[in-house]
Amino acid sequence: MSAVNAAEGSARTSQRRAAPGRRRFPCGPIVYWAASLLFIFVSIFPLLYALSTSFKQGSALFSPTLWPEAPTFANYSGVFTEQPFAQNLLNSLLVAGSVVTLSLVLSLMAAWAFGRVEFRGRGLLLMLILSASMLPQVAVLSGMFELVRALAMYDTLGALVVADLVLTLPFTVWVLVTFMRQLPKELEEAAAMDGVGVLTLVFRVFMPLLWPAMVATGLLAFIAAWNEFLFALTFTLSTEARTVPVAIALISTASGFELPWGKIMAASVIVTLPLVALVVVFQRRIVAGLSAGAVKG
Amino acid sequence: MSRIELRGVSKDFGNTPVLNDIDLSISPGEFCVFVGPSGCGKSTLLRLLAGLEDPSAGEIEIDGVLVNHLPPARRNVAMVFQSYALYPHMSVHQNMAFGLQHRKLPSDEIERRIADAVRILQLDSLLQRRPRELSGGQRQRVAIARAIVRQPKVFLFDEPLSNLDAALRVHTRLEIARLHRALGSASMVYVTHDQVEAMTLADRIVLLQPLAGRRGAPSVAQAGPPLDLYHHPANRFVAGFIGSPAMNFVDARVKSLGDEQVVADASGMLCAARLSSQGLTPGEPVTLGIRPEHVVLGQGPQRARVSHVERLGELSHVYLDLPGASTPLLAKSPRDDIAIGELLAFDFPAQVMHLFRSDGVAQARGAACTATRSGRVKSQWYEPS
Repeated sequence: MSAVNAAEGSARTSQRRAAPGRRRFPCGPIVYWAASLLFIFVSIFPLLYALSTSFKQGSALFSPTLWPEAPTFANYSGVFTEQPFAQNLLNSLLVAGSVVTLSLVLSLMAAWAFGRVEFRGRGLLLMLILSASMLPQVAVLSGMFELVRALAMYDTLGALVVADLVLTLPFTVWVLVTFMRQLPKELEEAAAMDGVGVLTLVFRVFMPLLWPAMVATGLLAFIAAWNEFLFALTFTLSTEARTVPVAIALISTASGFELPWGKIMAASVIVTLPLVALVVVFQRRIVAGLSAGAVKG
Repeated sequence: MSRIELRGVSKDFGNTPVLNDIDLSISPGEFCVFVGPSGCGKSTLLRLLAGLEDPSAGEIEIDGVLVNHLPPARRNVAMVFQSYALYPHMSVHQNMAFGLQHRKLPSDEIERRIADAVRILQLDSLLQRRPRELSGGQRQRVAIARAIVRQPKVFLFDEPLSNLDAALRVHTRLEIARLHRALGSASMVYVTHDQVEAMTLADRIVLLQPLAGRRGAPSVAQAGPPLDLYHHPANRFVAGFIGSPAMNFVDARVKSLGDEQVVADASGMLCAARLSSQGLTPGEPVTLGIRPEHVVLGQGPQRARVSHVERLGELSHVYLDLPGASTPLLAKSPRDDIAIGELLAFDFPAQVMHLFRSDGVAQARGAACTATRSGRVKSQWYEPS
């Protein structure tokens, strides 16, 4: 009897010893770091290649070395001198900025209605908004073109703002509705006791609380508008009205028979930098906002 | 002045009746407490007054103005929420000023009101803090201050102490009582499930009972001054709810009736009760009620065995096994040396007895019954010859 107990006991202790031992598996960190490096390499490599190419010229473009033998900034200056690239950048900034502002303001108000007001057909309307984002861009392209022409906005930045809202609004509305529903109901009632109107409630009480969510969705909306190509290509004609994705695609050489890869890559790098900067700046804000527990109070 | 009148107020949520046919009048300066078990609709009643819910039927008047369709801000009421509902992104000062700025009050008036509230609630050092930097008690005081600066005619409190720990609760309870005295003319309506809060704060208690789906039942079980509810409960529900620990109930049958005297037989134990015999017939099944603090231990003709003792220090809760009763009889005793299993003499003084008919309605007790105090009453046992 006691022997059995002793055997059971030792089995139990050996199990107990085995459990943390497995966690101290010696190859663990190596596998972890190898996998991480592989992952980082795969995701960074195309970017690195673009960066490397942007510093090359002539026949060096066609050698696959990552480190350019004779690095040059000629591509970067060429991008700005041979076409109104600064203007294109400004256009992109204007379009993306307006799209973000408009879609956040609109979707914040929509989120209050969808999240807090009971009305008939609320679920159906929400699904309709979502389904708008399911259509491929090409499907709405011709209809959108008619709309843009009817609004007399062809070849203006306004056309792009309107068109890009179709892409960003469904997403921002849905995200903000979700966050809006998590805000305590008492806050709205306290505001009602204070005699606050709907707009003040939404913009002075809810908006500061939804700030982290707004930064995150706004960032994604900015990226979507910044990189949007098809609408920008279709609804603008003149070089001065182009946004950068179109401008980059239409960079050509004087002869027209070769692709200026160096300049294209230089332009791509320039276009990517603002996005990287935005993410770096706002990522801290997002994390800070979330960890502050703004909603719980 | 700010009299609140409710006439025939009912509230349904879909098909579920929550409040039924409430007639109530709250005088200016009165501290009125809505109390009741969870699900009795006391918070809903408060929200009807605030204007956060619309009544399904009936009229609500504040200060002679029908407010049924007035938005909360135009009812001249201020509410303190259970969860405080402070604006998390605003400082304490901004929290108080927000509503006033919205009403376009001049800024010196706003500052004057805030300074008053800050003085009353001792918030000086907290003005620039955000709610998340405050303790629960501090948040509660800010929530009250936010109500004060509006200078409402009626304060509405929705379980304001339930998120505080026990010590702070007692402290804040005192502060609210002090505040009520300081503000004088403003009425306060206070919702709680805690009867100690109700008993200590209220000028008048409105005890609500859950409807449990019954549409015809009245919501108000009894309304009156706290001691009225304690000494003269209108029915068994009120008797069981008011008082802690709860009143003991013993099933019995009416044995004989006298003038202001009823003798009932509880499984062979004869108990006399000094109360109106009107409407009772011998042999009728009734329920006897006696509060734990009124049971006299250590003397009297009855004997019972102690089944359990809870020693609280200042007194002990003694549980006695009664023959033929499913639940033990609870008595309070100042002694702390009573042992489990002990055979103890006890006594039910006739002046402190309550009697409820089978429909739960209490027999009227004489005014003298309010004067009795536990332990002091003479044994009034009915001795059969």
